[in-house]
Amino acid sequence: MALWDFIEAAGLPGHRFVGDATGEIHLASLKGGTSLADDIALFRGKSVLIRSAGQRPAVLALAELDGVARRLVLCPADLPPESLPGVIAEADVDVLLTDDLDAVAGLAGSAKVAPCGMAVRHTGVRPVRDTESEWLLFTSGTTGRPKMVVHSLASLTGPLQDGLKVSPDAVWSTFYDVRRYGGLQILMRALLGGGSMVLSDTRETLAAFLARAGALGVTHISGTPSHWRRALMSGAANAMHPDYVRLSGEVADQGILNALRQCYPAAQIAHAFASTEAGVAFDVRDGLAGFPAVLVGAQGGAAEIRVVDGCLQIRSNRLAQGYLNPAHAALRDADGFVDTGDIVALRDGRYYFIGRREGQINVGGQKVHPEEVEAVLNRHPMVQMSRVLARPSPITGAIVVADIVVQTLSEAMPDFQTISAQIMADCRAMLPPHKVPAMLRQVEALEVAASGKLVRPRA
Amino acid sequence: MNEGYRVISIRDVIIEQIVQVARQQNKTLEPLDDELPLLESGLDSLCVAVLVANLDDQLDIDPFSGEQEIAFPVTLGDFIRLYEAAMV
Repeated sequence: MALWDFIEAAGLPGHRFVGDATGEIHLASLKGGTSLADDIALFRGKSVLIRSAGQRPAVLALAELDGVARRLVLCPADLPPESLPGVIAEADVDVLLTDDLDAVAGLAGSAKVAPCGMAVRHTGVRPVRDTESEWLLFTSGTTGRPKMVVHSLASLTGPLQDGLKVSPDAVWSTFYDVRRYGGLQILMRALLGGGSMVLSDTRETLAAFLARAGALGVTHISGTPSHWRRALMSGAANAMHPDYVRLSGEVADQGILNALRQCYPAAQIAHAFASTEAGVAFDVRDGLAGFPAVLVGAQGGAAEIRVVDGCLQIRSNRLAQGYLNPAHAALRDADGFVDTGDIVALRDGRYYFIGRREGQINVGGQKVHPEEVEAVLNRHPMVQMSRVLARPSPITGAIVVADIVVQTLSEAMPDFQTISAQIMADCRAMLPPHKVPAMLRQVEALEVAASGKLVRPRA
Repeated sequence: MNEGYRVISIRDVIIEQIVQVARQQNKTLEPLDDELPLLESGLDSLCVAVLVANLDDQLDIDPFSGEQEIAFPVTLGDFIRLYEAAMV
């Protein structure tokens, strides 16, 4: 079955829509209709790259072309235009679909440029969709040129059988770009589950997005912890009233879980572990940071999890097939496991994420993961966001310092000196000395990348 | 304008910072004199790293970061002289 077949099988009541800041399109209109200017024959058996400013044109193109094209390449909004020629060559692209012809002028190389995101017109045609299209996604790494990862509709929809009970009337949304793995997961849940989809849009403010989500009755919404911290900081988080709030893509610490619980007392709050390469491994629904140790080594589940040298490894049918470029290291090891690069530690029957293997700070030979320190900082009620980084030291190589964004919403705000004294007392009580930040600096904001993850400068 | 103004020497700043870092890091200091080896003062190397960073912020001096080779300070007196030399 192709994506459109699943959408149709879930039902096409008149109220089902996909919308972005420019408005909503009813999915039923795509039955015997098209948002593409060209005849479907142009795309049959071809490698098609989708590069659109808005997300809605991309979603409609995916619904139309899965099962028709040989390969679908999904470009997130922030993919720099200058990288397009390289991507087109590497992914052997025949057709570049875009809603902004000027933006791709001179960048398409040998690929034919075709418009997408047209007003849906009726054709009365039901295209044959019998090809198993490859889906190419970009990794969400914040350093270096992102790699292309090969998925299929089957590996992308595998995580949907996780027992989450969702009404077919659900209205899904995500802060993510749905052309990234984290966002695409949510789109698949909406399209295959019978629901509607409210897409985020780089052309509107966060507050405007939250207001739109509220007005359209969003029931299920996901984002990274950084997305959620920004939403809480915007003062507009209460514009919507979701039943289900999901976090993924970064470590969900207890601070953000508690803050979301307070903001949305009636919502189910879940955090999922997923990556573009490993797919969704599991989600945690008990409102606590980390995950139960029983998940590790358990047999018979959808995903197998093991911990090797403190590092989380995943094997499941949701894994990507591999990297497109054979020059990249193999994605899976000999046993079929993907090494996630995420370091976990076992405490009292629960594993906690303590950071990324490559992001650790070396303080006189002792390893510090920024995320484990941030988790302590973020527990303070006045801390909205934090970022821990290394400051070079001639004595120990590096020391730990932290940038803090303080809540400004409350009226009676203590000064930063008072807050930092409390934070430091917490850190000293909860962390060994080399992990305690030597300095706290108050900053107005911390940069969050287009992938939804905190930007971490590399030394 | 000069009311309450007093000249603070580099020595005073360093001693004040040492006391502050020791208090923060829960270290008990030996009586501070110039002959006292720095790493027997009660400060460990992490404390010294924090001290050096604090002094860099406060005085805008990091005598360890310069081009020329320096004799690594052993005693508190060496440490203070290193900063005094970097100041001029």
